[in-house]
Amino acid sequence: MQKGVIQLKHKPSILSVGTVGGKKEHDGPLGKMFDHIDETDTFGMPTWEQSESEMQRIALNTAMEAGGMKIHDIDAIFAGDLINQCTSSGYGLAGFDVPFFGLFGACSTIAEGLCLASMLVDSGKFDRAAAVTSSHNCSAERQFRYPLEYGGQRPPTAQWTVTGSAALILGQHDKPPYITEVLPGRVTDKGINDANNMGAAMAPAAIDTLKRYFTQSKKSPDEFSAIFTGDLGYEGSGILIDLLRAEGIDIGRVHHDCGLMIYDRERQDMHAGGSGCGCGATVLAGHILPRMRELALTDVLFVATGAMMSPGAVQQGLTIPGIAHLVHISMSEG
Amino acid sequence: MTNMDDAAYKKYAAKRAAKSNLAADCAKAFFVGGLICCIGQGLHDIYTWLGMSEDNVKALVPMTLVFLAALLTGLNVFDNIAKFAGAGTLVPITGFSNAVVSPALDTKAEGFILGVGAKIFTIAGPVILYGTLASVIYGVIKYIVGLF
Repeated sequence: MQKGVIQLKHKPSILSVGTVGGKKEHDGPLGKMFDHIDETDTFGMPTWEQSESEMQRIALNTAMEAGGMKIHDIDAIFAGDLINQCTSSGYGLAGFDVPFFGLFGACSTIAEGLCLASMLVDSGKFDRAAAVTSSHNCSAERQFRYPLEYGGQRPPTAQWTVTGSAALILGQHDKPPYITEVLPGRVTDKGINDANNMGAAMAPAAIDTLKRYFTQSKKSPDEFSAIFTGDLGYEGSGILIDLLRAEGIDIGRVHHDCGLMIYDRERQDMHAGGSGCGCGATVLAGHILPRMRELALTDVLFVATGAMMSPGAVQQGLTIPGIAHLVHISMSEG
Repeated sequence: MTNMDDAAYKKYAAKRAAKSNLAADCAKAFFVGGLICCIGQGLHDIYTWLGMSEDNVKALVPMTLVFLAALLTGLNVFDNIAKFAGAGTLVPITGFSNAVVSPALDTKAEGFILGVGAKIFTIAGPVILYGTLASVIYGVIKYIVGLF
């Protein structure tokens, strides 16, 4: 019998966070949420890949400072990104003498990291663990699409990779917010092969995860202050709400998508919204968790989705597998 | 998700996907593409007025347009114009120039051999390969037709 929703007995705390963003993110509606901004997007580095690594380094240092921690207070780091072989994480976190787990869950990586870190902290294997992730628009464009200065057209369904990084440090049960439950996602592929419509490729995975969650937990969406998806964007969010409704689960009143929150789609001409590992991660760390600490939100489901593709696979005509990991974050002990 | 098979889902997603405004895109492409042609004609007239031979003018006009597009690409301006113009900047020779210069700029960090040298034609390569092939086929057909 598949385990499904995993209850975290001791409810690990989210101790501190650090967020880093670029120019477009700073110009967006949540521009004030970042701890660190570089208007040039370079973060003082000569290549975009190094800029992205630098963002992770800054994010983790910021989170440690915010929590009053030294590096040896952290038992393990779970980190990942979009760049080949997770090099942004490898290079960015190379200076930290902490056991390192490199993850790939595409844009779902922050939720994947939080699932693993919270389970291992809950079980007592680690006292403190960090989940770190990043994406950079320029390094992602270079790897997945066209050269930066190429005058091509992006279709209306395309999403914009967020330049951003976030680090969250988890620890044993202390102050809220707590991670109370996690539901690891399953790889779901419903036959979408259009890399310019990743929302449609990822939505089935989010539907699978949320449907499993509500079926197993016997809760209703309205019991939560909000359900946040990572980066389904305009296309994927619409599909998620409509198809879940068809299954008898109505999340319409409480659903928000980080990809639709981080940019002003009209003013910033963002087509279907933001995407990338940094999208859900920075909105969670910089916006959702502070709102929870103010008690504006008390009980939140955070479901980050990922399109696990490579340029080669897409060129070979393969369909795009999606994944969605769920993390239940709560301000209450119960 | 159980009640919709892959083909049905693909159709459903495609049907609800936001579409480009074809009429507006065509109008913008026509306007900018036409403007580039007018600039080309203007250059042609200027070079002729300067007393150059027709052969030289025919070489100089595309060279000037290619240079201008390459310069604007390097100045981070071309992609902004192209975003508005679409096929209007892509189809004329300016698009070809941008397709060669942009990967060259992008791959500098990987060095002049494995970066710029190996990747400069990643976008324009297919055009060069199949353009040459098409011209060979055309030449053969022309030769055969000429025999009769």
